[in-house]
Amino acid sequence: MHHVILGAGPAGVIAADTLRKQDAEAQITLISGEPEPPYSRMAIPYLLSGQIDEEGTYLRQDQGHYRNQGIDVVHARAGGVDSENKNLALEDGTELSYDRLLIATGASPIRPSVEGLNLPGVHSCWTLADAREILDRALKGDDVVLMGAGFIGSIILEALVSRGVNLTVVEMGDRMVPRMMDETAGAMLQRWCESKGVNVLTGTQIREIDRGKNRVDVELSSGKSIPAKLVVVAAGVAPNISFLEASGIKTGQGVTVNGFLRTSAKDVYAAGDVAQGKDMSTGAFSVLAIQPVAADHGRIAALNMAGYQTPHEGSLNMNVLDTIGLVSSSFGAWEGVKGGDNTRMSDEHAYRYLRLEFDGDRLAGAQAVGLTDHIGIARGLIQTGLRLGRWKDILMKSPERLAEAYVATAQGISTP
Amino acid sequence: MQMALVIDAGKCTGCKQCELACSYVKEGEFNPAKSRIRVFDFHQDARFVPYTCTQCDEAWCQQACPVNAITTNERGVKEVHDSLCVGCKVCTIACPFGTVNYNASTGKVIKCDECGGDPACVKACPTEAIVFMDVEQAGFDKMRQWAAKTDNAASAGQ
Ligand SMILES: Cc1cc2nc3c(=O)[nH]c(=O)nc-3n(C[C@H](O)[C@H](O)[C@H](O)COP(=O)(O)OP(=O)(O)OC[C@H]3O[C@@H](n4cnc5c(N)ncnc54)[C@H](O)[C@@H]3O)c2cc1C
Ligand code: SF4
Ligand code: SF4
Repeated sequence: MHHVILGAGPAGVIAADTLRKQDAEAQITLISGEPEPPYSRMAIPYLLSGQIDEEGTYLRQDQGHYRNQGIDVVHARAGGVDSENKNLALEDGTELSYDRLLIATGASPIRPSVEGLNLPGVHSCWTLADAREILDRALKGDDVVLMGAGFIGSIILEALVSRGVNLTVVEMGDRMVPRMMDETAGAMLQRWCESKGVNVLTGTQIREIDRGKNRVDVELSSGKSIPAKLVVVAAGVAPNISFLEASGIKTGQGVTVNGFLRTSAKDVYAAGDVAQGKDMSTGAFSVLAIQPVAADHGRIAALNMAGYQTPHEGSLNMNVLDTIGLVSSSFGAWEGVKGGDNTRMSDEHAYRYLRLEFDGDRLAGAQAVGLTDHIGIARGLIQTGLRLGRWKDILMKSPERLAEAYVATAQGISTP
Repeated sequence: MQMALVIDAGKCTGCKQCELACSYVKEGEFNPAKSRIRVFDFHQDARFVPYTCTQCDEAWCQQACPVNAITTNERGVKEVHDSLCVGCKVCTIACPFGTVNYNASTGKVIKCDECGGDPACVKACPTEAIVFMDVEQAGFDKMRQWAAKTDNAASAGQ
């Protein structure tokens, strides 16, 4: 049995390791589209801040890991899949046949249609190659413009600040992290960033980037122009599916999968940022491009590939963000569900905020700013659908008692 | 034989000696906020519940870590390696029990590691509400059963 895993990010590497655990005999080929050993994109910010070197981003620290596990790592890019004949066409002209294929090609940054994005000094922050460019250009005191203050943008923001650059963030939405948190939280984050010397422009678009002398000029929708040595683009990502066009494998937003992460083609599976898997909050199939989902997908897809029927019940959207020391997180249906109740606790002065969303007496979503203790319990409560009974009423008045509510409910303690 | 922390909340009197012992052994200070074990206090009910990582089989924390900074040792204990941890906190939202916590003073995360097989909380507990014993004998802790419910996948072949 030859398992081919296309893509060597967390989804691909976890799948390869899981397959090996299930089947000592199978042939496993892991294909990376980049020259480095398999690495973790989400470690890049810590490379930029100097906490780790490139090796610290590698998904497996032990250099001999893949060899010891009998996993062949191949550096090549796939150009197409012939799902009829179970063949993978590589861009170098060679072909690779598979018995089972996992598509784990992740996503790529979106390049918005803004003139000047191809100028030197304008970069995404997605690969180790990008990181090297940013390391070279973002030095202490340099003028840097960050395009986008979504979740990934805000993570990059933190890394850039730690490099001591003079940072301006331009976000076209009305607030920071508009798809992760609500107005209250977004405004809190913005106020915090501004208090730390970061210039945050929300409701503002970059119209055009012009070439200047040893720099670029960033033209804003407000009419202002700001000079920059470096522009970092973080305007969202889109799944890497274009190479599947002629493959007969169904795609939508990402690769279409069923409840077992199987694609429309026989013996082909998909996992991670590229897969349009089930979202447990909405029940819909959509791309949830986050690390924990890639990890879950990789493991479950591999179990199915190894012949153990393993359903994927759905992933929970969740994010945690550290913005210059202010930690925020969001889980599941943080905007609420139809007919549900919600409760909020907010202390603007202390930069603390907690909002809980309920569906009946079950937790459906949560967001928190400035609160980190036992925060994972929000995931546990949402995912298990534990009925909170009387504790829901207590939480409506005192949302900060979330951890207590969980422990008490699970221990059968009903009075507060 | 697999040794594990077994908690009998019914025996806990809420003295919180475990929290103090843990923070002292792990952080060198008596600071319950940095303890890996926490006693939940339901005073109206006169109930106290010591609460910490169950070293669950699913190891959500370990699976979610982007840099492999959490590993399972030979005793099944999930350990955080400070030298590898970048402090991204993904494990703190991935653990459905909320038993990995962020420590802002180090920029890394903390969780119970059973003190390498000689847990300080057990020694500090005056009522044997926390004991360290063979899990087979002890039967399954309730917390571990919820872990199974939290799993996305029926753990086939695991
Ligand atoms: C700066 C940054 C910070 C982030 N921070 C967080 C965070 O804090 N929390 C969080 O949850 N997520 C974060 N993410 C997102 C997270 O990194 C991704 O969700 C995760 O990497 C997805 O894993 P994956 O395996 O699906 O895809 P990827 O990691 O993107 O891996 C895809 C693999 O496929 C390969 N590939 C692509 N196309 C081809 C092809 N045609 N042929 C061969 N190989 C190909 C690539 O080279 C790569 O090896 C961050 C991402 C970035 C860039
Ligand atoms: S910290 Fe949480 S996820 Fe990790 S082993 Fe303990 S209970 Fe499991
Ligand atoms: S905080 Fe540390 S241990 Fe936790 S997921 Fe991030 S790197 Fe891993």
